[in-house]
Amino acid sequence: MTEAPNGRTDGGPDLEKGKRSPGEYLLDIRDLKMHFPIKAGILKRTVGHVKAVDGVDLQVREGETLGLVGESGCGKSTLARCILRLLEPTEGEVLFDGEDILKYDRKEMLRVRRNIQIVFQDPYASLNPRMTVGNIVAEPLRTHKIEGDKKRRVQELLEIVGLNPEHYNRYPHEFSGGQRQRIGVARAVALNPRLIICDEPVSALDVSIQAQVVNLLQDLQREFNLTYVFIAHDLSVVKHISDRVAVMYLGKIAEIADRKALYDEPRHPYTNALLSAIPVPDPELERERHRIVLTGDVPSPANPPPGCNFHTRCPRAQEYCKEHVPHLMRQDENGASGEAGTSHRASCFFPVMEGQRIEEPAESTPYRAE
Amino acid sequence: MAMLEVNNLKTHFKTQDGVVQSVDGVSFSLEPGETLGIVGESGSGKSVTALSIMQLNPKPPVDYPEGEILFEGNDLLKTPESRMQKIRGNDIAMIFQDPMTSLNPVFTVGNQIREAIRIHQNVSKDEAQKRTIQVLRDVGIANPEQRVKEYPHQYSGGMRQRAMIAMGLACNPKILIADEPTTALDVTIQAQILELMVELQEKYGTAIVMITHDLGVVAQLADKVMVMYAGRAVEQGTTEDVFYDPLMPYSWSLLRSIPRLDRAGEVRLLPIKGTPPSLIFLPDGCNFSPRCPFVKDECHEIDPSLDEKKPGHSAACILSVEEIEKQKHKVDQELGVEG
Repeated sequence: MTEAPNGRTDGGPDLEKGKRSPGEYLLDIRDLKMHFPIKAGILKRTVGHVKAVDGVDLQVREGETLGLVGESGCGKSTLARCILRLLEPTEGEVLFDGEDILKYDRKEMLRVRRNIQIVFQDPYASLNPRMTVGNIVAEPLRTHKIEGDKKRRVQELLEIVGLNPEHYNRYPHEFSGGQRQRIGVARAVALNPRLIICDEPVSALDVSIQAQVVNLLQDLQREFNLTYVFIAHDLSVVKHISDRVAVMYLGKIAEIADRKALYDEPRHPYTNALLSAIPVPDPELERERHRIVLTGDVPSPANPPPGCNFHTRCPRAQEYCKEHVPHLMRQDENGASGEAGTSHRASCFFPVMEGQRIEEPAESTPYRAE
Repeated sequence: MAMLEVNNLKTHFKTQDGVVQSVDGVSFSLEPGETLGIVGESGSGKSVTALSIMQLNPKPPVDYPEGEILFEGNDLLKTPESRMQKIRGNDIAMIFQDPMTSLNPVFTVGNQIREAIRIHQNVSKDEAQKRTIQVLRDVGIANPEQRVKEYPHQYSGGMRQRAMIAMGLACNPKILIADEPTTALDVTIQAQILELMVELQEKYGTAIVMITHDLGVVAQLADKVMVMYAGRAVEQGTTEDVFYDPLMPYSWSLLRSIPRLDRAGEVRLLPIKGTPPSLIFLPDGCNFSPRCPFVKDECHEIDPSLDEKKPGHSAACILSVEEIEKQKHKVDQELGVEG
């Protein structure tokens, strides 16, 4: 199993390898926007837009896991679908290995999809109940016309994800939730992709089963040098699996940083609130914890508030925030050095500095705002 | 005597495939103002236990072959439905998981809360309306005079759950059973709702039965904990006992299998192998034996009872306290977990 199950070199042109230069990102998303039109009236005229993803910049290095967290409706799943072009973004660029895949035609897209796969949230809805497990896992091999003994390859894949290869002829309903998710994972790794988007892969599973799938994903990453974009609303799972973490709020990135920096020194008030809201399974710690309880609900993405989109719920909000839109700004001290794409950045004018509590008044001058 | 005492409760469903032993001999007690956390995976019998207390399980197929549920000394299993209707919603109220499906979409929120007050308390329509507005204000709904006239679809998810809590608290019940009240909600909204429940408990002295699969929520709220597995209570004790010194391998495994925000991500998770058993065909011996990391040969033969292992702390396991401590320590060392 040390050898890649399906060497990337066989079958089909290998378009990536020659064009890659060191320091580049495997996935580079630039100012991506996905605005869904709202239609009304008999003429179905567009009366507005749901700004599900509203200008996202995101870089992912090869071999790393980028965690993407946020509450429901913040646009994280839409972003995932835009990366794969399952949804056609309104604006922006998605560079995979240096090339903008949004400009690709159908044929080129099919080729690049060999390298970008997805694992969906609901293992009950994402497997066709009328297909055998063998057929489900073999489908990507057929679509991409991979030569060789498909049955043997599928059985190999089933074994890799910890299922019994003998169960090749069974149907999805004969498996439990955790096992189904393993089938989804087997299908995603079948083509030996470079990037796997995991859209809430463990949210639908029971607590005792979640760890099985999380460990499987980690093992596969180590073995096949996979890159993950791991989407979840559970910050504990994301902390466990990610190298870097991005927090989304209302279609925008609120903060992005290395795991340690994000969890130990969150700068954006939203990240602070989110982290403090998660209950920890430790009764004494729970009693002492200082919890920031945000007021109100997430505003509608069809009508986001002006200025900073978090100002309606932010405990630090000032007049300035209502009028000016913050952009992602560097937060680490050695701001000048290092790659911009992987630094600690937060989109806040009055970030929570080290040792500060969120309620403490922010400095009067907006942080690094021009 | 405790306010609520459940003794050896058995709730069985008769199905074509056989008898599903959803709850199979569960006992616990609840004092006024206390919070009991019931933890377990889906299918472990937590919700059925709650519905048994409320007498809301459909009969048939449900059958209670054994046990008693004593509320202030009266056995609810023997209480006639007419009397039960006076208790339900008045003395014991329940909050359900999904606020969208448990509110009636064709009546206003105010109408639904007022109904509970009108049925249980002898008050005029105006007085009921006043109380409805007051209870909505209590649960933190802004502008309740307006909101009381609105329909559930005009409320957001968090507000709907607040409305559910308002309905539960409308008659000032002695016991509030909350069945996964925050599972469908986002974490920031969950924090609001949990804080609200604590506040209201302090204000009214309500006893709470908190049913959840989220160990963090239990750690935050509960005074004592009952861990359920395959219809049985497998561990009972104070929250501190169960979290810091679990004596049943299942509770311990659960705590090791979840990623924790307060620990670095470097420690590998310890998954529980396999899946929960079918409630019709339970394994021989201990229900947890096929998945247990500390299993011994005897475990497949002896069905352990819930015994007190330390004062006030019981677990269903044939291993002695020393054996369990030794095993836990061994695995922790391999994992590199401290304490």
